[in-house]
Amino acid sequence: MKLYNQIVLASALALACVMTIASGQAHEITFGNLVIHHPWSRQSPMAADVAVGFMTITNNSKEDDRLVKVTSEISTTVQIHDMKMVGDVMKMEELPDGVIIPAGATVKLKPRALHIMFMGLKRQVVEGEEFSGSLTFEKAGTVTVDYEVAAPGGDMSDME
Amino acid sequence: MKHVRMIAAAAVSVALALGAVAWIGADLLRDKTSSSVFDIGGPFVLASARGGTVDSKTLAGQSYAVFFGFTHCPEVCPTTLYEMSNNLVSLGDAAEDFRVFFITVDPARDTLAVMKDYVSNFDPRIEALVPTDDQLKQLASEFRVYYARVPTSDGGYTMDHTATTFLFDRNGSFTGTLSYDEAAETKQAKLRKLLGR
Ligand SMILES: [Cu+2]
Repeated sequence: MKLYNQIVLASALALACVMTIASGQAHEITFGNLVIHHPWSRQSPMAADVAVGFMTITNNSKEDDRLVKVTSEISTTVQIHDMKMVGDVMKMEELPDGVIIPAGATVKLKPRALHIMFMGLKRQVVEGEEFSGSLTFEKAGTVTVDYEVAAPGGDMSDME
Repeated sequence: MKHVRMIAAAAVSVALALGAVAWIGADLLRDKTSSSVFDIGGPFVLASARGGTVDSKTLAGQSYAVFFGFTHCPEVCPTTLYEMSNNLVSLGDAAEDFRVFFITVDPARDTLAVMKDYVSNFDPRIEALVPTDDQLKQLASEFRVYYARVPTSDGGYTMDHTATTFLFDRNGSFTGTLSYDEAAETKQAKLRKLLGR
């Protein structure tokens, strides 16, 4: 009986462990020679018309590729933007030609830098939820990804 | 010989005196440069998303902060407003009558109704103000704030803008800024100092 109890307890602990890891774990999509690591977004303020998306993209092929188009289920428009602080001024611009993912290199989309911009939100992006979208690369083609939504002002860059 | 020594001594004193004057002068100039930042801001009467207007003249006795942004802002504006909300809560009673004004640099899209919904996400001490185009121009020059439309491929636009929060004490005097790049603790320390004035 004692052994049985121990097994039950151990199993419960193990299961709890697995579940904790699963819910807080970074996700990764391998797509041909590309690895897309942990796409994430942030809760958007209620009534806001925009939200952001971030991820890390590694190109393991010997040829450059380019992220040219992004779509999402949560917005009518999606653009690829670059943002930077110039002194005290926030500057943001669209990259109409997309982002080059050089051969053998990793490109990080992260706060205060390159990001996906979801515009014309169909609904609020809420912490803890997930939403899906597509990424189209010039050579590798189109892949579907899920974005995990962080708290307002939250940062999952470490998980990328 | 004695004469020469006296002239030399006199020359040294003159040089020292000139040096001192230059030193003090430089100090005064430095003071002048730093005090020129105290010219930031100006009186305003702006439409509030709560209805009516906010007249800066009626703010005597209350310290306040001013931040310029727009609701189509992906990162800087929501982050600044969430951080400010958290700070206001952490500061407790000291911040009870503190006021924060979020002024849009995009009045074309940020109507009073849009701004009202948007600021409802944040601490109720944060109040949204919507200037007219002319008022915005005037404010930008008084606060030395930069803003510009940047067109996007869908026919829309985004805004570049100064991401600084301006702080004013109970006498309405400009006392300093919170910069977007500063650590949250630094911002909170600055607010604590302002509220202690
Ligand atoms: Cu953007």
